Amino acid sequence: MKNKKEITVHIVLSLSCLIIAFPILFALLKSTQPPGQVMSARMLPGGYFLANVKNAWLHYNLDLYMLNSLKIALSIMFGKTFLSFFAAFALVFLNFKAKKVVFIFILITLMMPTEMLIIGLFDLISLSPPANLNEFFSWFVNPRNVLLSPVEYGFGWTDKSISVIVPFLASATGVFLFRQHFRNIPGSLLDASIIDGAGPFRFIYHILFPLSRSTVGALFVVQFIYAWNQYLWPRVIIRNDSAQVIQVGLKAIIGNAEGVEWGEVMAGTILSMIPPLIILLLLHDQFMKGVSVSDEK
Amino acid sequence: MVHRNRYKTKGLEILFLFPTLLILILFLYYPAWQSIILSFFRSNLFLGTRKFIGLENFQNLFIGPLAPAYYQSMIQTLVFSALVIFPGLLIGLCLANLSASLGKKGRIYRILLIWPYALSPAVAGTVFSFLFNPVTGAVNTLIGTFSSWQPRWLDNPFLAFLLVIIACIWKNIGYNFVFYLAALQNVPQIVYEAGKIDGAGIFKRFFRITLPLVGPVSYFLIFTNLSYTFFEAFGLIDLLTSGGPMGPAPFDNAGLTTLLIYKVFTDGFGGSSNMGFAAAQSVILMTMIGLITWIQFHYGEKKVHYGGE
Repeated sequence: MKNKKEITVHIVLSLSCLIIAFPILFALLKSTQPPGQVMSARMLPGGYFLANVKNAWLHYNLDLYMLNSLKIALSIMFGKTFLSFFAAFALVFLNFKAKKVVFIFILITLMMPTEMLIIGLFDLISLSPPANLNEFFSWFVNPRNVLLSPVEYGFGWTDKSISVIVPFLASATGVFLFRQHFRNIPGSLLDASIIDGAGPFRFIYHILFPLSRSTVGALFVVQFIYAWNQYLWPRVIIRNDSAQVIQVGLKAIIGNAEGVEWGEVMAGTILSMIPPLIILLLLHDQFMKGVSVSDEK
Repeated sequence: MVHRNRYKTKGLEILFLFPTLLILILFLYYPAWQSIILSFFRSNLFLGTRKFIGLENFQNLFIGPLAPAYYQSMIQTLVFSALVIFPGLLIGLCLANLSASLGKKGRIYRILLIWPYALSPAVAGTVFSFLFNPVTGAVNTLIGTFSSWQPRWLDNPFLAFLLVIIACIWKNIGYNFVFYLAALQNVPQIVYEAGKIDGAGIFKRFFRITLPLVGPVSYFLIFTNLSYTFFEAFGLIDLLTSGGPMGPAPFDNAGLTTLLIYKVFTDGFGGSSNMGFAAAQSVILMTMIGLITWIQFHYGEKKVHYGGE
C-alpha cells in the first residue's frame, strides 16, 4: 500500500520534471541540428551543436555579451556581498545612535526595484558630469537645483558596464540576510573574543566570516543570478552593442533579421544559461540553507 | 538573540555603513525623488527640453484621449498578476509538498526542480518565441504533422496573453518551489504521521496541515511574485510580444500585453520619448507598491503566524 503511493508520487514528480524541463530540452535538442532540420518536426539530436555555437559566436556579438555579463554579474556578486556584510556587522555588533532609523532606511529600499526608477535614474547616469568642481558646487549649493528641478549633471556612464554595476552594489536583501544570521550567533562568542582582546576586524576574520559561509554562499547565488538576469536597465542605458549584456543581446539576435537562424539562437540561449546554472549547482546546499533562514521572518 | 556586549569603536559604523548608504541615497532614493520631480515636467529624452507643466502629466493619465490606454494597461497588469501568481504558487507548493514527502529519496527531484531558479525572463521569452512562432515555430510544426490547425499564437490577443502568462508561470516555478521546499523541510514528518494515524487522508492532510504551515511563506511569496509580475516580467514580454497584440474592443487602446512597466518604457524611451509622462507613471507605480507594502506590514503581521523569533 505504502509502496504503491510512493510510486505514484515518483511518477507524478518525474512527469512534472519532464514537462518543466521540456522547453529547455527542446531548445537544447534543436541547437544540435543543422539549419535545415531545426524547423522540421525531427526530434533526434544531430552533431551540429558546436557548429551552431561557433556561428552564433561569429554572427552575433555573443562573446562580447557573455564577457560583459560575466564582468557585471561577478562585480555585483562580490561587491554586494562585501558591502552588505559590513553594513550588517555595524547594525548588529556596533553601538551607535539612530541604528533603527538606518535599518529602516535600508529596509525600505526592498520595495524600490530598479525597474520602477529607470526614468529618474536615466538622467542621473547618462547626463555628462560637470566640467569642474566649481561648476558642480555652484549647482550643488542651491537646494532648488538639487531637490526641486530635474537633475542637470550626471555621471556620463552611458554604454559603460559601470552603469549596470555601481547602482546595484548596495543591497537590502544582503543586509537583511546577514543581520538575521548575525543575530543568531551566540553572544558568548562575542564576549569571549572581546575578553581575549580581539578587535572587530580579528573577530570578523577569525570567527564571524568562517561562521557565515553558508549565508555568503546563498547570497552569491541570489546576487549572481539577479545580476546576470538584469534586463530593463541595461536595455535602456546601454545603446552600444559591444557593451551590451547577454540578456538584451538575445533580443538583438532575434530581432536582427527576418531569417532568424533558430538553431544558432537556441545555442546562444543555452550558452547564456550555463554560468548561473554553474553557480547554482556549486552553491546548492548553502543556497537552500540560506533560503530557510530568510523565510523565518 | 540580542547581543548585549558590543564593540564601542568610535566611527567604525560610519566606515562600514557609508558605502551602502551612499549608494542607496544616490541610486535609489534620489532617482525615486527625481521621478517625482520629472512627473511635473514635459521632458523629451532626445531633445533634452524641460518645461514645468504642473499636474498635466497626471491629468493626461486619467482624463482625456490618453487615459483609456492607461486604464487598460492597469487592468491588464492586475489580471495578469492574479493569473500568474495564484496558479504559480499552487504548482510550486504541490511540487514542493510531493518531493518533501519522499524525504531523502526525493533529493533528485529537488535538483531537477530547482534549476529553473536560474532561468531569466529573457531566456524564457526567447525559448517561447521559438516554440510558438506561428510560421516557423516548433509547436505549430508539430501540430502540423497531424492537423491543419495552425494558430497564430502571438497575433491572436487571447492566445498571446495566455502564452505570456504560461511563460511567466514557468519561469518562476523554480523560485516558488525553493521557498516552499525550505518551509516544508522544517516541518517534522511526525506531524504528518500523527495526521495519518488520526485517519486524515491525503487531501485533508494537505488542507489541514500543509496549508496552514506554509501560510507565512505564501504571504511572503505573493509579494515577491507581485514584484516579479509588475517589473521583472518586462524582459519576457519584450522578447515574446513586444507589448502587443491589440485586443478586441474595449481593449483596443493598447497592446494586450502592454503592462504598466512596459508602458513606462515605451512612453519614456519609445517613439514619443516623453520622460515626464513616463515619470508620472512611475510615480503611480511607486504609490501602488507603497500601498501594497503598507498592507503587507500592517495587515500581514497580525493575520499570519511567523515562525522563528
